[in-house]
Amino acid sequence: MTEASSTLMASAELAEDVRGRSLWFDAWRRLRRNKAALTAGVLLLVMTLLVLIGPALSPYTFDFTDWDHVSEPPSLETQHYFGTDAVGRDLFVRTLHGGRISLLIGVVATLVSLIIGIAYGATAGYLGGRIDNLMMRIVDILYAMPFMFFVILLMVFFGRNILLIFVAIGAINWLDMARIVRGQTISLKQREFVEAAVACGVSTPRIIFRHIVPNLLGVVIVYVTLTIPQVILVESFLSFLGLGVQEPFTSWGALVNEGAQEMESALWMLVFPASFLALTLFCFNFIGDGLRDALDPKDR
Amino acid sequence: MLQYAFKRLLGAIPTLLVLITLAFFMIRIAPGGPFDTEKSLPPEIEANLNAAYHLDEPLIQQYGRYLLQILQGDFGPSFQYKDFTVNELIASGFPVSLTIGGLSMLLAVLLGSAFGIIAALRQNRPTDYAVMTVAMTGISIPNFVIAPLLILLFAVTLGWLPAGGWDGDGLGKVVMPVIALALPQIAYISRLMRGSMIEVLRSNFIRTARAKGLSETRIILRHALRPAFLPVLSYLGPASAAVITGSVVIEKIFGIPGLGRYFVQGALNRDYTLVMGVVVFYGMLIIVFNFIVDLLYGALDPKVRYD
Repeated sequence: MTEASSTLMASAELAEDVRGRSLWFDAWRRLRRNKAALTAGVLLLVMTLLVLIGPALSPYTFDFTDWDHVSEPPSLETQHYFGTDAVGRDLFVRTLHGGRISLLIGVVATLVSLIIGIAYGATAGYLGGRIDNLMMRIVDILYAMPFMFFVILLMVFFGRNILLIFVAIGAINWLDMARIVRGQTISLKQREFVEAAVACGVSTPRIIFRHIVPNLLGVVIVYVTLTIPQVILVESFLSFLGLGVQEPFTSWGALVNEGAQEMESALWMLVFPASFLALTLFCFNFIGDGLRDALDPKDR
Repeated sequence: MLQYAFKRLLGAIPTLLVLITLAFFMIRIAPGGPFDTEKSLPPEIEANLNAAYHLDEPLIQQYGRYLLQILQGDFGPSFQYKDFTVNELIASGFPVSLTIGGLSMLLAVLLGSAFGIIAALRQNRPTDYAVMTVAMTGISIPNFVIAPLLILLFAVTLGWLPAGGWDGDGLGKVVMPVIALALPQIAYISRLMRGSMIEVLRSNFIRTARAKGLSETRIILRHALRPAFLPVLSYLGPASAAVITGSVVIEKIFGIPGLGRYFVQGALNRDYTLVMGVVVFYGMLIIVFNFIVDLLYGALDPKVRYD
């Protein structure tokens, strides 16, 4: 019995392995041909590096006030490469610093929504029946809520700390994830390797998290690359309203807000953070699109 | 059909209840009250105020009272705008927001569908790539970036349109807010429309229509448009939510006295009843809109049956 089941497991795993590898190889081959997605990927890498090491290349810090150069346009001489803002802070450093926070929020909040969404969706899909019905009904109800308004309320009432932004944005973004994961799980659970696991007496939570979830990876990756820009957008939306990241820290949304107020006299204050924000969103969207085409060939 | 509509309406009741409950308890659990001002009020006056607004009752009783009130369509008095009820504030702000939001949705559906169809008909040709690149740009540039740029171009530099405000007749004041609000939705809808149109054009019934020798225009308009529009139609629910959310910033940027501005101000002032009122009102609006979209979907898609 144990021998039979272990060979069964082994062969199931082996089959998965071979199939999995070819799927990823196929996807990579298709992705490589997608020039737009590749370019976006490289750009994003450059952006991340710039955001991480860029501030060290400037003689200024993000909260240093240079009284000799207030509201000055970009200049190489003063080493204010993007100019300075209304209180003389270096915009190059602030834009990159804001980028760190925007990207960080994008990634962390997406992870939060990922964890909730996968756990919820996989459980509902795998258990099926009445529990699935109830769980998805809850998702339907939550789906109809004007969540942005709740997030605004949360930010107003509980102070504006970054941790809360992570949780609040993550907590509203898991609904889509849960739906997608549930759909995939339902089709996965009829496959032989799951049957084999059930036959071997593997516990339900273990089946869900060891056998189902790893196989969702393709869908999840596509969704993650498309969620990150959404989250960055939500964060910058909040910061734009003055409800997100607080001084002296900053994010792209907050910088765009400041820039928009000064744009008639100091256009550079709007242009640099706005282009960084737009370029990043652009890259993420292109990569997400490319990955979707690569991993889901039926749309071709 | 009628039975389906009725069932669907009944299904909206738990959604509404959850909405009201969430909003109510979230606001009440929050620290700080509507009468926290810099100079603290004498305790007797504060007690009187609290009693007048029933803030001294147990939470659950206030909740029950609020539910009953809403059932009668009454959102109660505003805490901050002392002489107004929330209903009056909504009545004054909503028409403005509706004008902008409604026009944006209309523009988004019309232009988005048109661009999507054009791109689909020229699939993988320069026109297609151009439209899709512009659409991707539209998705990636948030409307609070587009709006200041529009102001800079059309109001400050060219002086064609007013930079903001809502006074005076002229149609100029509507143009920029509507465009800024519609652009991301135009982008989304054109992408959706392109995808579904390409798929529909590959299907068998289109091949049959072509084989019959129908003109291309007739094939697109009579046969392909309806099935291809369905994904766009189901996107309109989320789109309306996005437009409503977007209107909050757009109204702020252009200084428009709509509902979104009341919401932000109300939230900052802890005007419980006003904020609750706006959230519940918008929630109901989204529910109603989704309901209409569902009914339309049934009318357009012959595969949907109501038995």
